Amino acid sequence: MIRFSGVSVTYPEAALPALAGADFEVPEGELWLVVGPSGVGKSTLLGAVCGLVPHFSGGTLRGRVTVAGRDTRTHRPREMADVVGTVGQDPLGHFVTDTVEDELAYGMESLGLPRDTMRRRVEETLDLLGLHELRDRPLATLSGGQQQRVALGSVLTLHPRVLVLDEPTSALDPGAAEEVLAVLQRLVHDLGTTVLLAEHRLERVVQYADRVLLLPAPGAPPVVGDPAEVLSRSPVRPPVAELGALAGWRPLPLSVREARRRAGALRERLAGRRPAPPPGPAPGAAPLALARRLTVRRGGSEVLRGVELRVGPGETVALMGRNGAGKSTLLRALAGAHRPTAGSVELAGGVVPHRTPPARLVRHVGLVPQDPRDLLFAETVAAECAAADADAAAAGVPVAPGGCLALVARLLPEVPPGAHPRDLSEGQRLALALAVVLTSAPPLLLLDEPTRGLDYAAKARLVGVLRELAGRGHGVLLATHDVELAAEAAGRVVVLAEGEVVADGPTAEVVVASPAFAPQVAKVLGAGPWLTVPQVAAALEEA
Amino acid sequence: MPIRLPRPRVPRDRPPRPGAAARLRAPVATRSNALHAGAWWLWALGLATAASRTSNPLLLGLVIAVAGYVVAARRTNAPWARAFGYYLALGAFVVALRVVFALALGSPIGGTRVLVTLPEVPLPDWAAGVRLGGRVTAESLVFAGYDGLRLATLLICLGAANALANPARLLKSLPGALYEVGVAVVVAMSFAPQLVADLVRMRAARRLRGRSVRGARALLQVARPVLEGALERSVALAAAMDARGYGRTAAVPPAVRRLTAALTLGGLLGVCVGAYGLLAAAGAGFGLPLLAAGLAAALAGLWLGGRRSPRTRYRPDPWGPRAWLVSGAGAAVAVAVGWANGAAPEALHPPAVPLSAPAFPLWPAAAVLLGLLPAVVAPVPADAPGARTPGGRAARTAAPAPESAPAPEAAAQDCKEARP
Repeated sequence: MIRFSGVSVTYPEAALPALAGADFEVPEGELWLVVGPSGVGKSTLLGAVCGLVPHFSGGTLRGRVTVAGRDTRTHRPREMADVVGTVGQDPLGHFVTDTVEDELAYGMESLGLPRDTMRRRVEETLDLLGLHELRDRPLATLSGGQQQRVALGSVLTLHPRVLVLDEPTSALDPGAAEEVLAVLQRLVHDLGTTVLLAEHRLERVVQYADRVLLLPAPGAPPVVGDPAEVLSRSPVRPPVAELGALAGWRPLPLSVREARRRAGALRERLAGRRPAPPPGPAPGAAPLALARRLTVRRGGSEVLRGVELRVGPGETVALMGRNGAGKSTLLRALAGAHRPTAGSVELAGGVVPHRTPPARLVRHVGLVPQDPRDLLFAETVAAECAAADADAAAAGVPVAPGGCLALVARLLPEVPPGAHPRDLSEGQRLALALAVVLTSAPPLLLLDEPTRGLDYAAKARLVGVLRELAGRGHGVLLATHDVELAAEAAGRVVVLAEGEVVADGPTAEVVVASPAFAPQVAKVLGAGPWLTVPQVAAALEEA
Repeated sequence: MPIRLPRPRVPRDRPPRPGAAARLRAPVATRSNALHAGAWWLWALGLATAASRTSNPLLLGLVIAVAGYVVAARRTNAPWARAFGYYLALGAFVVALRVVFALALGSPIGGTRVLVTLPEVPLPDWAAGVRLGGRVTAESLVFAGYDGLRLATLLICLGAANALANPARLLKSLPGALYEVGVAVVVAMSFAPQLVADLVRMRAARRLRGRSVRGARALLQVARPVLEGALERSVALAAAMDARGYGRTAAVPPAVRRLTAALTLGGLLGVCVGAYGLLAAAGAGFGLPLLAAGLAAALAGLWLGGRRSPRTRYRPDPWGPRAWLVSGAGAAVAVAVGWANGAAPEALHPPAVPLSAPAFPLWPAAAVLLGLLPAVVAPVPADAPGARTPGGRAARTAAPAPESAPAPEAAAQDCKEARP
């Protein structure tokens, strides 16, 4: 269906090709997963399928890409539209019209399909994706999961034989991600659609893949093979495969179910042991953040209602809940961006965030927003750091020698100070924003959805940094959909639903109690105290 | 003995068989029975034409009241619908401005009742005919007020069309050759709110870095990343549109292409010359036929040009009986007031000199009231402010809806959904 023959792509002003030696064929009706660390050329590969690379992106493509017999050299993306459906990372960037129904019809209108066919297909697609109740809604009012489904639907109405998806579930909460993946499953099984999909969160998708295409390093030729076999040599793999590798299971398990069947011996070896307790707050210490019966109303609706929250020094707390549950609002209320409608928010030393001028507040609390780009204004990393040092000095914080630039050098050793912040990868940008915020040394650090677009290596580095910060007495509160991150980094989990706290307790108790929030290791090893692969590894070393 | 089952309860608000009168009542608007956006514009332009034919403040006030009532009865909750208030404010501003100008610059209307004499600024010779300050007469103020009110009424009529017609749907009704323009406008309309949202987010982020969010420097520093983001997003959108088949063209023979160009250009030229003939005092004879011919040629050119694009339209708004009634109501008002202007000009233009209370012309006023017809015949928007309260006006109107409209339960469901 999709055939790459000796394809390499080189962008202008790049020394190395972004993709090289791609030579493979995706048969009809299979689901292929593209894996690899950040910046390895996954998006380039996906873009080459529909012809956006090189017709739209520029650069030179050598070799040949054909989809259903059409060569992308002679067919522009618009002429491939009826064969290939492409959905990018950000569904909002994909929308052309303003309501759900019009968006679903847009592609068909461009192809000039007859009216009754369009009508029938829109109704079918609304049903297939469970969107019929939203048909008249403006796109901007939809939640992230709904937007992703509409974006998928907008290409499905063209009945493409190939679907190309770039990170379809990264921004979604576990429930919404399962909805999207269930639809994909149905397309592959019932309609024989060929799907090529890239995703950082392998734990969500790898069990559905027929084959895995691994891009091991920038410019290295892709490796195609059976998922279990390819993952055994992949630098990135989901926790369940990591656990399998640790326990020496061959072939590697890909789903929790497979791993569970073989986990008997491992469970026995671990019996009677317990993981080291996560670092908790220093006993008796005053809290760094305290919300009491906090209610925040925005635009007429209550986003937070009666929230009680306490973050102590040396403690890492994960804030979870579905999209739109009020996580970001709670973080922003702690950072002084929202005035409480009722109740109170207090930081250490009796500081009330929304009454403190911003220049003084940076000494008490730092927030890294969902998109770290929001925090970056300057044109180079060095200029950004100089500005951060100046901000810290203005706030009266003694800046360490080297200041922000020293922090950047530690968090991001490979980035030159002259680079433009927008040219960095997601993980590098997050690290830069973190360094900027940490320059003022706030005791309370807030992170909003920090793992969006991060690969496993970047995530592991983030966990290391957060552990170190907690060890030095910082309090960390992170809002996240990523159950694996919560399990690794947080000692306590708070679950929000509809603006209310519905669970608050040690990570091991809260996440294991809910199937949606349980990390893979906990699912494999049963109701025990084990949550992460490093915990298990440490316990096995002792034994 | 037969067992008697309890009879199923029929909901009280739905009579088992709607009568003929009930069938004629306006249904709740859905995508299928939505009123064509062009009908609203024709209605509003009819009202505006009527308003331009009179300077009687009572009649103008009636036109504003009619437009306002229809907007109140039939507008949705969409952002453009909420803009009607701004048009009212703009109208008031126009009247005030006109009066202030008359106050400061004087007026060609003489008048005898001097209200106040402002100190006059002596102006050099080359500014002859311009006066600053001086006598202010009641007549000149009244005349300025009438004149300003007429302009305000025109603006408010346009505002009513803007509030009632969905701009995106209006653009969808454009001929195929103008499709690209329509897409550009729709994309711009969805980009503007995103840009504002970005700006708000960036300013909040600036605060997080401990900097002030006020002042020109803050705005400049925020503006650059916002514009960069907008640029990135538009490139992404262009790629997405291309990948979804935007800009596909069909093969058209060269003869047809040349004919298209000739018709469009010739037609536009005809329209220009015809319009000039109509407006110029001398040549009213050839103006109208030339205008009509030019318009026909231009439309034919547009229609032919549309054949180059293979696009089809998904669920275009039908032009049904209700659209005829709405646009007809506007046209009727325009024709009736225009006729009255010819028959009894003094009633429609109350003189400012000598000062007198304007009379209320009964028959033209009755004709303006025809403009209320859309408030009865146009479909009731499901998310109208009035439709929110159960048992409210809209809910009662919706109950005996024809078969094509959704059941009242469904409408109520829609209301719940629409609530943020």
